[in-house]
Amino acid sequence: MSTTTVQPVVQAKDLLKTFGRVVGLNHCSLELYAGEVLAVIGDNGAGKSTLIKCISGAENPDSGEILVDGMPVSFKSSIDARAAGIETVYQTLAVAPALDIASNMYLGRELRKEGFLGKVMRQLDHKGMKVKSKDEMTRLGIGTLQDMSQAVETLSGGQRQAVSVARAQLFGSKVIILDEPTAALGVRESNQVLKMIEGLRDRGLPVILISHNMPQVFQVADRIHVQRLGSRAAVITPSTFSMNDAVAIMTGALKIEEKDQAMGPVRGAQA
Amino acid sequence: MSTPTSNADAEALIEGLDKKGFLYRVQGALHRFPWLSPLLVLIVAMIIFTLLNHRFLLPANLSLIMQQVSIVGAIAIAQTLVILTAGIDLSVGAIAVFASMVMAKTAFDQGVPGPIALIIGLIVGTAAGAVNGVLVTRLKLPPFIVTLGTLGIFTALTLIYATGRTVRDTELAPILTVMGNVIKLGPFTITWGVLMMIVLYVIFAYILRNTAWGKHVYAVGDDPQAAALAGIRVNRVLFSVYTVGGLILAIAGWITIGRVNAASPNVIPDANLDSITAVVIGGTSLFGGRGTLIGTFIGAVLVGVVSNGLSLAGLDQAYKILAIGILVITAVALDQWIRKVRA
Repeated sequence: MSTTTVQPVVQAKDLLKTFGRVVGLNHCSLELYAGEVLAVIGDNGAGKSTLIKCISGAENPDSGEILVDGMPVSFKSSIDARAAGIETVYQTLAVAPALDIASNMYLGRELRKEGFLGKVMRQLDHKGMKVKSKDEMTRLGIGTLQDMSQAVETLSGGQRQAVSVARAQLFGSKVIILDEPTAALGVRESNQVLKMIEGLRDRGLPVILISHNMPQVFQVADRIHVQRLGSRAAVITPSTFSMNDAVAIMTGALKIEEKDQAMGPVRGAQA
Repeated sequence: MSTPTSNADAEALIEGLDKKGFLYRVQGALHRFPWLSPLLVLIVAMIIFTLLNHRFLLPANLSLIMQQVSIVGAIAIAQTLVILTAGIDLSVGAIAVFASMVMAKTAFDQGVPGPIALIIGLIVGTAAGAVNGVLVTRLKLPPFIVTLGTLGIFTALTLIYATGRTVRDTELAPILTVMGNVIKLGPFTITWGVLMMIVLYVIFAYILRNTAWGKHVYAVGDDPQAAALAGIRVNRVLFSVYTVGGLILAIAGWITIGRVNAASPNVIPDANLDSITAVVIGGTSLFGGRGTLIGTFIGAVLVGVVSNGLSLAGLDQAYKILAIGILVITAVALDQWIRKVRA
């Protein structure tokens, strides 16, 4: 099977981004294919965050292009990226702690009632949002949370993460980006989140996972994009390279030839 | 034998073990309904005042309390909106008085027809609120500083414009005094001003609870970064809160003219702190993001009840000030405790 004919869901081409004299991204590219988990790893300052911010609309690249399903897009803000079906779960989770689960799930995209109450009285469909939030949480495997009118601040760290991921899943029609989703979590809760990521992939949603945690990356990723000095050093798979190799690529101790890399979709090829 | 026979039983058992007793449940209830505690205090206060003086519960007295509460009650709506966004508005009283002077003077001095003068006053109040909104969102100044400054500015503008004069009684255009008109409701005598205040509470309680804008007000006060990342235009929400607040304050100014039957630059000198008192006693958090208008209403009525009840009991006004001070500190301490709720 020829990998060149498969269209990436999201593609970043030759992105350049500078902050004054600091080069954040130095002609950096990234491809994400349907149904895969692509991990992005790299040392601090390697440009992981900048790359992800460009794709999620939080930053504008100075040059280069971003394509969604092969169509060039230009995001002025994260609102534009979201409209294109790219949802991001931020490290800070971006939830309002005093608001309940359903309100958080639909924050900024509230559902209104039908007819007069909704159109003229602008009344929100509280019940509908609760029911759909519950469905979404159950789909993530978090069926234990019964009460969607519970304030988010009364939830555990893992449950809050679940609310954030559920929101992304609800609205992310194309891609979900997770930024260090397990950084603040314990072992058990981390595993829960990793299961969620696998669940998202199994439902056909491609995921970009930014993480520092090598064992977790090697556990869930289909391909691993290694970022170094503002550009892509290599793309590897967990089955062909070890964690030590990944670290060596990150630090520049190891260079991988193009033919040994996993530039095309590995998941589609197996199927 | 209490062996769990099903999953549900097991879960119920675990849940039972997790509950940390009575206090924990009280904390949870207050977390959900922060207005429960002022309501309880209000009921207790009313019982005590009735025992101290049977005249307290007479319809005529209760009507009087509501009339006394109408001005601060209306102002406290605007204050609640601002405090929900984690701000504070020290210029509420100044805006209300400024708007009322504009209404009275344009009608009396410039001979503008009453209804037009009323509308001009409402517009000026709204614009004054918008000025606060622009300063908070564009210059990124803390609301405390912005409104401390505009408190001075609007107070001065009022004095300069009024040239130290009070427009009273027969000099006022008829429409400006309608808020003082009396309605008989059975044994109760309320004014249009009381009715207007209640209507404002109903409208804004609906908006806060049932519209997206209401949710956004809470979200912006709770965590502005999170709100922005969720796609809410934080500055637009903040600006709208101060501007809508200005309109509410202008209406409060209109209520003031009806209640005192005059427009004077020197009325309601304590409106700023009284409105904050009502909001805080009503269970709204000064840190933003949590609170209700029903709580503020109860808070405003509670202040009115304490003040009235203590004077009926023959006590000095100093005791009223003492009692309100204790209530405020208790309310904030309670808020700190409630905010510690965790699963």
